Amino acid sequence: MAKRIDVSGLTAYYGTHKAIEDISMTVEPRSVTAFIGPSGCGKSTFLRTLNRMHEVTPGGRVEGKVMLDDENLYGSGVDPVSVRRTVGMVFQRPNPFPTMSIFENVAAGLKLNGSYRKSELEAIVEKSLKGANLWNEVKDRLNKPGAGLSGGQQQRLCIARAIAVEPDVLLMDEPCSALDPISTLAIEDLIGELKERFTIVIVTHNMQQAARVSDRTAFFNLAGVGQPGKLIEIDETERIFSNPSVQATEDYISGRFG
Amino acid sequence: MSNAVVDKGAHRASSLKQARLPRWTPYALVVGSAAVGAGIGTALGMGSPFQMGLIAALVFIIASYILGAVVEGGRQARDRLATSLVWVCFLLAVIPLLSLLWETIDRGRTVLDGYFLGHSMEGVQTILPGGGAYHAIIGTLEQVGLATLIAVPIGLLTAIYLVEYGRGQLAKAVTFFVDVMTGIPSIVAGLFILSFWIIILDFGYSGFAGAMALAILMMPIVVRSTEEMLKLVPDELREASLALGVPKWRTILKVVLPTAIGGITTGVMLAVARIAGESAPIVLLVFGATGINNNPFEGAQSSLPYYIYEQWQLGNDASFNRAWAAALVLIAFVMILNLVARGIARWKAPKSGR
Amino acid sequence: MKTDIEPTSSAAGSPPKVRTRSTGRAGDKIFLALSRGSGIALLVIMAAIAAFLTYRAAIAISKDEANFLTYFEWNTGSSPMRFGIAVLAYGTIVSSIIAMVIAVPVAVGIALFISHYAPRRLATPVAYVIDLLAAVPSIVYGLWGALFLVPHLTGLYTWFDDYLGWTGILSYQGGAARSLFTVGILLAIMILPIVTSVSREVFRQVPKMHEEAALALGATRWEVIRMSVLPFGRSGIISASMLGLGRALGETMAVATVLSPNFLIETSLLDPGGGTFAQNIASRFKEAGNDGRDALIASGLVLFVITLLVNGAARMIIARRKEYSGTAA
Repeated sequence: MAKRIDVSGLTAYYGTHKAIEDISMTVEPRSVTAFIGPSGCGKSTFLRTLNRMHEVTPGGRVEGKVMLDDENLYGSGVDPVSVRRTVGMVFQRPNPFPTMSIFENVAAGLKLNGSYRKSELEAIVEKSLKGANLWNEVKDRLNKPGAGLSGGQQQRLCIARAIAVEPDVLLMDEPCSALDPISTLAIEDLIGELKERFTIVIVTHNMQQAARVSDRTAFFNLAGVGQPGKLIEIDETERIFSNPSVQATEDYISGRFG
Repeated sequence: MSNAVVDKGAHRASSLKQARLPRWTPYALVVGSAAVGAGIGTALGMGSPFQMGLIAALVFIIASYILGAVVEGGRQARDRLATSLVWVCFLLAVIPLLSLLWETIDRGRTVLDGYFLGHSMEGVQTILPGGGAYHAIIGTLEQVGLATLIAVPIGLLTAIYLVEYGRGQLAKAVTFFVDVMTGIPSIVAGLFILSFWIIILDFGYSGFAGAMALAILMMPIVVRSTEEMLKLVPDELREASLALGVPKWRTILKVVLPTAIGGITTGVMLAVARIAGESAPIVLLVFGATGINNNPFEGAQSSLPYYIYEQWQLGNDASFNRAWAAALVLIAFVMILNLVARGIARWKAPKSGR
Repeated sequence: MKTDIEPTSSAAGSPPKVRTRSTGRAGDKIFLALSRGSGIALLVIMAAIAAFLTYRAAIAISKDEANFLTYFEWNTGSSPMRFGIAVLAYGTIVSSIIAMVIAVPVAVGIALFISHYAPRRLATPVAYVIDLLAAVPSIVYGLWGALFLVPHLTGLYTWFDDYLGWTGILSYQGGAARSLFTVGILLAIMILPIVTSVSREVFRQVPKMHEEAALALGATRWEVIRMSVLPFGRSGIISASMLGLGRALGETMAVATVLSPNFLIETSLLDPGGGTFAQNIASRFKEAGNDGRDALIASGLVLFVITLLVNGAARMIIARRKEYSGTAA
């Protein structure tokens, strides 16, 4: 049930500091959209506004609209808890719950949302771990602590945990930046498979990665230190990397700054 | 198998909206349950605000859970239950603690003046107003001062040993027994000095005997806090100094200790504040006196905590007033030590590599 | 300070030309001796505490005509002496349990309030005040307990008696509320700040990413706490509670001021009476003769052993938890 995201006029603050300003874009369903840009350009902040995680930070505040198909995430009466349930998230550093086993980690989100029979749970956990290309590696030790896995496995465990609740959208905040190249490759392959089922948005520092995994790429930039980040352009990944329409994008991609 | 998944998913995905209680609900509930508590309390003729408060708290918790469950569903209701419980906990705890401070200040200030601070209880009729705590203040200062003189060098050096030298069995044993020592009840420390100093060595009751017991209580606190502070000193600093060929002991004295001195001072002051309020060992070892005894090594003395206990035991209004006044002096002393200690910690914090 | 600038470390390997100045070496030796000596002094003090208490206690118990552990009276003035700690052990344990039952949940609640619920502007001053309250001397709590708390509890106890008196343990015959239950409440208030401070510190250290993991799954605030904060903080809560329990068991003057002691085990927790180890020592010390003092030392030794066991148990629990999360991390 991948959904389209339609952002219009979105501005986010930390206290009085404006982190990103007036961002509008459309994220297509069943595709991978990558956010690139220099550090501090607000791409992670923007990502976090898409599942209302931004407001968890003290002083975090958002103006504007984020439509998920035909519902505004910031509409009145919308429960941020339901939003996060619908828009899953994978973080920069793998963060399985340290006191839970692999099984419990994957089932954690499900257990919040009503009761499942044991067989149901087992089925979903297996399906999610398979979906995250992790099943074969962990099927014999589902009851071991999740934190005992390698970094790349932990990150795939976190992906399994996120997709177990069947979200509509999956947000990934630099999911490979703490991983070695082989684990990174495994995650990139996985992203390619996951886009069949989910709308995926990924923030990355690595332009090759953006070029490899994404269908569309958005470039963010900021005018200077303390200035809010802005969306410079968003287009097909191929065009962004071959023939971007804005000079700043080309400068960034060709390594002339940032 | 996957049918169930899809069903639940589909059902859930229908809307992001949740029936929510309006934002003012908790405030309304607070007012409402306070009214109910007061109402029930008055109707049943309960004089004490304790019962009314308990009833109001219960009503508040139950009402917010039920409202949440009816309007918002089980998960939100549990969230509301937790929130209201946490708030009630906060109020439950803050009320007695504030009452303690309020009572002490309010009742202590009635007799607290220059006369009270400058006179002893010598020749004062205990049921009459008058007299003061001068002898107790002197006693406290001397006993705490002596205890600090004993405990700080030992504690400091032990901490240095543990952090800078300590490897192997001895260090492990010391660490373990410092932990054990932290848990010694003050009365047990008092009994030890009693058995050793007074019963076996046959010395008399004195301020110094009390100071030794206080020192036992103080040592582990000093060791622990100093250890923490020394561990915060980055190894690079030590290595830089050692690489210059400075001997280890001078490195410790000239580089490590100065870097950590703020935190160490804070720790020592907190430890002083802690033992200044100890009364149990004083009862056993210093024995209490009504007159001024400036010599901590000879004869019974008083101390502020002991004075409070003694005045409370006398059991009349004049002595209660003196007890409150002494309590106020003691709290002020301890609080000032605490505030200064924390001030030093904050002031020194960036330099100690935190 | 030129003399000091010479590589002591390489002196061990001793290339012939590098000579260590005697100031450096001797200084190091003296300093090491001093600091190690202090550590040893600490061990000696601990050994002496155990030895002297045991010695005096042995003398007292050998003169005791009754069973020291089970006898209900405390007659040390008469000859032969007959005394036992049964009532004291009961009172100490019961009042401490009451204190823990009240204080630990409330303290965890306040700690959560400060770390996760309170608006920031409230959280910082509240945390500060709670820390300061940990420094209030116990005798002041005792004074407040005796002169303020006790009179205010009679109404509540009457109320308990009306509705729960049939249980026996919550019946109340009236009179000043100077009972074990009151002691428990007062001890709870006294250990609240320390348990709160330690728990709060642990909750504050919960990695943000674990909380975000729960949030991103669509957890409510309570669910975040249950999934990531409490599991992470469990060993911290236990050690905080044990710290508080240690204080409650050994608290002396506050109990001595509030409790109206006798040597009976009352069925009701609300009726005055009972006693605790520490309170009994403080209350009887002045009237005790030489033998009486030894008897009190014997009871103090029991208290010492109990607190040692409690602290030891706490440390074991923490160590085990650490091992678990150590393999997990």
